[in-house]
Amino acid sequence: MLLRLGNRLFWSAVTLLGTAVLTFLLVNAVPGDVARVIAGPKASPEVIKAIHTKFHLDEPIWKRLGYHLNNLAHGDLGQSYVTEQPVAEAILTRLPTTAALSTLAIILWMFLAVPLGVLTAKYSGSWFDRFVLVMATLSLSLPAFWLARMLQYWLSYKMGWFPVAGFRGFSHLLLPAGTLALLFVGYYARLIHSNMTEVLNSPYVRAARAKGAPETVVLFRHGLRNAMIPVVTILAMDVAGLLGGVMFTENVFALPGIGTLAVQSVFNLDVPVIMGTVMFSAVLVVAANLMVDVLYQWIDPRIKSAA
Amino acid sequence: MPLLEIKNLQVEFGSGAHAARAVDGVSLSLEAGKTLCLVGESGSGKSVTALSIAKLVPSPPARYVGGEILIEGRDVLKMSSRELRDIRGGLVSYVFQEPGASLNPVFRIGAQIKESLKYHRPAAANDTEVIRLLKLVGIPAPESRLRNYPHELSGGMQQRVMIAMALASQPKLLVADEPTTALDVTIQAQIIELLGDLRKQLGMAVLLITHNLGIVGDLADDVAVMYAGQIVEHGPVREVLQRPLHPYTQALIQSVPDLEAEVERLTAIPGTVPLLGSFPGGCRFHPRCPKAQASCSTQAPELASVKAGRRVRCPLWDSLLEPQTVSHRA
Repeated sequence: MLLRLGNRLFWSAVTLLGTAVLTFLLVNAVPGDVARVIAGPKASPEVIKAIHTKFHLDEPIWKRLGYHLNNLAHGDLGQSYVTEQPVAEAILTRLPTTAALSTLAIILWMFLAVPLGVLTAKYSGSWFDRFVLVMATLSLSLPAFWLARMLQYWLSYKMGWFPVAGFRGFSHLLLPAGTLALLFVGYYARLIHSNMTEVLNSPYVRAARAKGAPETVVLFRHGLRNAMIPVVTILAMDVAGLLGGVMFTENVFALPGIGTLAVQSVFNLDVPVIMGTVMFSAVLVVAANLMVDVLYQWIDPRIKSAA
Repeated sequence: MPLLEIKNLQVEFGSGAHAARAVDGVSLSLEAGKTLCLVGESGSGKSVTALSIAKLVPSPPARYVGGEILIEGRDVLKMSSRELRDIRGGLVSYVFQEPGASLNPVFRIGAQIKESLKYHRPAAANDTEVIRLLKLVGIPAPESRLRNYPHELSGGMQQRVMIAMALASQPKLLVADEPTTALDVTIQAQIIELLGDLRKQLGMAVLLITHNLGIVGDLADDVAVMYAGQIVEHGPVREVLQRPLHPYTQALIQSVPDLEAEVERLTAIPGTVPLLGSFPGGCRFHPRCPKAQASCSTQAPELASVKAGRRVRCPLWDSLLEPQTVSHRA
């Protein structure tokens, strides 16, 4: 078990190192002089030169990569070129907004997807099942920015049910979270449906019925508990993805989250912030992977003895 | 009044032109405390018949198109879901073929047995009773087993847990659907012995579904042989095994290996069981029957009573019964 965990930790570190190197190389491949971005178009050559020296921009790329990795190893994500705020601080101050938005969205879509998935599996092939399938396909294919804009226009601007944009309280999160929930609910409803269909045909579900268990207990206790085992993996990845920044939704609703930060930094060619947000997402994904590994032993007792 | 009486049961899968009748006019009865064996190859409809007793065949796809299943005089097919829940695992308990797959992998076995108690004997839903049940089915050190997950037990132990779960409600009828098929041969004998002991000890009726004639003689009072959705022969176990009247039963008995008989090669029944929905016309067994006559392919035989408690679905049974030593068991 300890060996397994050690192994996983090693490969997690390798993944993060790879991500760091790759983002560094990609960002440096982007055309444009960072010094010009920082100092502005009218800056004198002396100022540009000074900036180059300050940020080691004249040195060879392998050397700069070395500085970058060394800083990362010391937990230093650098400072924003634009605001001079430490990148770690910029991310952490925006994390609560993104976390609140993501949590609310996950609660909303799981509350919808679980009953939809279970009931469509139970009444497979019915008009209800087919209707949910069509809606799920729709939910899967809608582009985030379009759905966000449409909901914002109709429900906030036209109907006045929700605040249009900005973040001054819980009510400002409702529509963005609803948008995210609509985007994810279809996928999860189908995922739970297919797992549940398989589980409902299993001998232990028949055995539960043969015991005299009420149908709700058969479905939600005996069935769902087993059907959720594979869903947890995917959910953990999506949680990591959401916390890493919900780009479109946050931008449309002008929420000061990590997604907005990431998009701004790209527009500003604010290299440390770009790399910082990418690294932050990578850490989340790696952490989610590790967490699933540990969590699995708890939700699936068969794993423990196999490990 | 018999404990269980099945009258002309008909179960179909699919509908319209594609409907396939998996169980076609099965009638059986079982007295309290007696054991009936339902024998047949895979696809003969024996499991569907057994599951129908507590209306456990999922519908759709199955449809109960006709007949009655009376338990203590009440028709199961007309029961509400509330009444069905009381019957399931209450009056009628089930033990299934694959114990490993029939126990829920994510719950501890103690909790799974307690669940049965909760539904049918809520006052006894405690660890003490679970331990008593585990002891009853011969699980050593039951106290330490309560918190085990199913995968931590061997196949034989898993089946004992299934039996303990089935006994939790003190059922009047135990339906065992191929309870030993998935187990090692040595374990099979133990489980059959256990079922025999429990039946005597608890006085419950047992409906044993099997394709293995070898275990029938040890346990059954009566035996019914099914082929292609129909009963082809029914009678007291000794008579059927010693003097089988239907050519199919004769062939089945001849294909059971026997240590004492000097047979070089086991007799197999030629051909395969017809697929559901494509049963041959006339007698359903005639394409594989060594004694088939021209008339067998056109006239569907009735299940006729040949004497009290003895039924056979073959009009030629009398002429077929040349003095032969078919059985070496029973």
